[in-house]
Amino acid sequence: MANILAVDDSSSMRQMVAFTLKGAGYQVVEAADGQEALNKAKSQNFDLVITDVNMPIMDGITFIRHLRGEANYKFTPMLMLTTESSSDKKAAGKAAGATGWIVKPFNPDQLLSTVKKVLG
Amino acid sequence: MSIDLEQFHETFFEESFEGLDIMESGLLELEQGEVDLENINTIFRSAHSIKGGSGTFGFTAVAEFTHDMETLLDQMRNGERQVSASVVDTLLGCVDVLRNMLNAIKDGSEIDVASVADMTNALKSILGEESASSVSTNEASPVVAAKGWLVHFKPELDIMKTGNDTVRLLRELNSLAERVEVLVDNEALPSLVEIDPEECYQSWAINLIGGDVSEDDIREVFAWVDDECELNIEPLADEENYVGTERRDDDRRESKTPDRRAIERRNKPAKASESSSIRVNISKVDELINMVGELVITQSMLSQFGEDENFNETYMERLKDGLTQLETHTRELQESVMRIRMMPISFAFQRFPRLVHDLSAHFDKKIELVMTGETTELDKTVLEKIGDPLVHLVRNSLDHGIEAPDVRVQKGKSETGAIHLSAYHQGGNIVIEIKDDGAGLNKAKILEKAKQNGLIGHDDRLTDDQVYDLIFRPGFSTADVVSDVSGRGVGMDVVRRNIRELGGMVEVKSMPGEGSVFTIRLPLTLAILDGQLIGIGEETYILPVISIIESLQVKPECINAVAGNAEVYRLRDEYIPIVRLYQIFGIEPTSEILNEGLLVVVEAEGKKIAIFVDDLLSQQQVVIKSLKTNFKKIEGLSGATILGDGTVALIIDIAELIDLYQKNMARAVVSIKGGGLAA
Repeated sequence: MANILAVDDSSSMRQMVAFTLKGAGYQVVEAADGQEALNKAKSQNFDLVITDVNMPIMDGITFIRHLRGEANYKFTPMLMLTTESSSDKKAAGKAAGATGWIVKPFNPDQLLSTVKKVLG
Repeated sequence: MSIDLEQFHETFFEESFEGLDIMESGLLELEQGEVDLENINTIFRSAHSIKGGSGTFGFTAVAEFTHDMETLLDQMRNGERQVSASVVDTLLGCVDVLRNMLNAIKDGSEIDVASVADMTNALKSILGEESASSVSTNEASPVVAAKGWLVHFKPELDIMKTGNDTVRLLRELNSLAERVEVLVDNEALPSLVEIDPEECYQSWAINLIGGDVSEDDIREVFAWVDDECELNIEPLADEENYVGTERRDDDRRESKTPDRRAIERRNKPAKASESSSIRVNISKVDELINMVGELVITQSMLSQFGEDENFNETYMERLKDGLTQLETHTRELQESVMRIRMMPISFAFQRFPRLVHDLSAHFDKKIELVMTGETTELDKTVLEKIGDPLVHLVRNSLDHGIEAPDVRVQKGKSETGAIHLSAYHQGGNIVIEIKDDGAGLNKAKILEKAKQNGLIGHDDRLTDDQVYDLIFRPGFSTADVVSDVSGRGVGMDVVRRNIRELGGMVEVKSMPGEGSVFTIRLPLTLAILDGQLIGIGEETYILPVISIIESLQVKPECINAVAGNAEVYRLRDEYIPIVRLYQIFGIEPTSEILNEGLLVVVEAEGKKIAIFVDDLLSQQQVVIKSLKTNFKKIEGLSGATILGDGTVALIIDIAELIDLYQKNMARAVVSIKGGGLAA
């Protein structure tokens, strides 16, 4: 089953994402900031990365830029969790190599349908 | 799949309150003129997280309120807005409103709509907008082509390098319409040797037929890649049959905007939030697991002896070793478990910068707050309950202690007063001090007031410390004007009562013109106590080791009987009242003659007594069981414990015992006086 990396500094959001995805049968690894996520992504392989944008230590966009540079993650889908108002964030994310985004607030069903779409 | 979002609420509230605290301390730092971008970023992130979480978990009112805060903070971090005192003040106000909103939601009570509206308006006037609602309303009504659509999709070469996949896009389109016809254009495909397998050379023409597909539905599919492709969407070329393709931009649907005042109402009863969770550092848990591992090893070592029938003396030695090990490990395990409940006192301290900031403004005083020892750890329960008494004491210092700036200047002090809040460990206790450099307690006023209220007689001679201690008596307040901050007359006595309930004590020292120091001593934990076992007749009692000064054999020449049936013991140059515990508790002692037993001198809140006991037994750590929850509160006792032999021993509360003794003495005096009058 697909292995997903969920990155968010808010533990309630992270719990919600992880719980939803695990409930749908995915394997989920959690990380609380970009740096932690990058370390985890280098030590194992993920089929999908879902990351928040605003985080301490390393933000989501920097994280995506670094990860996209890794040979293993050239084509891996990477989704940003972002608020509707931040269209410049979306553009910045795309420029860094993000595949797409999930607009906050979202509910578990929206999350799952997006993930299913991306993972096929 | 339906997921109950409520299971994440607890975590959401916990981190939101943490976020609010972070915002508050960050804002207070900003106010002191330190414009640090990382600080603003941190504040922004906290607001952003609360907004994201509240939106996701369905607390719309919170999300909307936070949205404006976020906008303002975003402008600040982008340098578009100057950090000014009024902006910081407004944001601090927002933090308060937000905290109230979250508390209301958590307890299932009503949100104070008026304060939310006020703050929203304040924010909007700073932002200078009429409506900051982010809900986009300028979408045209969905356009549905009756027959279908023709989509031309020509991705850029490196579309796959953002993890996008043209097959996924086609699959999604396929799920939209009833029938989909796809024509792939391989024109641009180079010869095999020149192909870069990581690039996308194809383009597509797609017919979507039937299924009520709107143009927006199609654009939605391509939303992630619309900057990486040429996309052309047109209605299927059957001119007579399609309608409504013209965009009617004026047909905006205002009603889509949700009511900004929408309130989440929850009809759940307010729950007692005391049984909250605790966050524990992994290393503390690892320590526990280690200790349990050690215990298991010891256990298996000891269990060998149970199986072997040839039990001899060498075994005895090893059995003893094993038991020693067991003891060490049990104690370490116990300490590790206790550490889990320990939290730094900064959790209680962190509200003070804000409090002092607000109150200084309120009283027109200039005050600098200094805090030290914030990392000192204490039990979580103690920590939660010490907050209110601390607030009271700090308010008190600020209100009554520190003088107005002009008065201070007259006295030759600096205009700015200082309040020093510190915490440190001392013995098995944690000590918290609240020190101010204000006027000090007014001895004359305290005495006058105490006489007025009948707390002391007119001729009573008291030491300075005894005078100051009067402020902790019920119904005592010397504030000239009853302010809304302190001075309601219910104050210090409640502080002392609350601290005593935690097994602690509070004292005050004061120097006229130089300031006062309130000292709180608290046990590190409420669960375990270092106890001295004492024997009185058949009974065993426990004294907290921490309050024992010394134990001594009685020299008959040092005993003095004084009026009112009281006895005092002369110890060096002090006279200490002798308390016969068997009289107070009504039990049968082995001996009533003082020099056949021992005296244990104990101290609480600056007062000493000598307890007469038959015998001193062992010292040991005892686990405190509450009498209040298991039986009922009994004056003079703080709890009970179960000893090694299974019997119950009562633990004596020294401060209460001293009170009890003094009351008994007062009664004795009154009855003698009464008797005298009758005679």
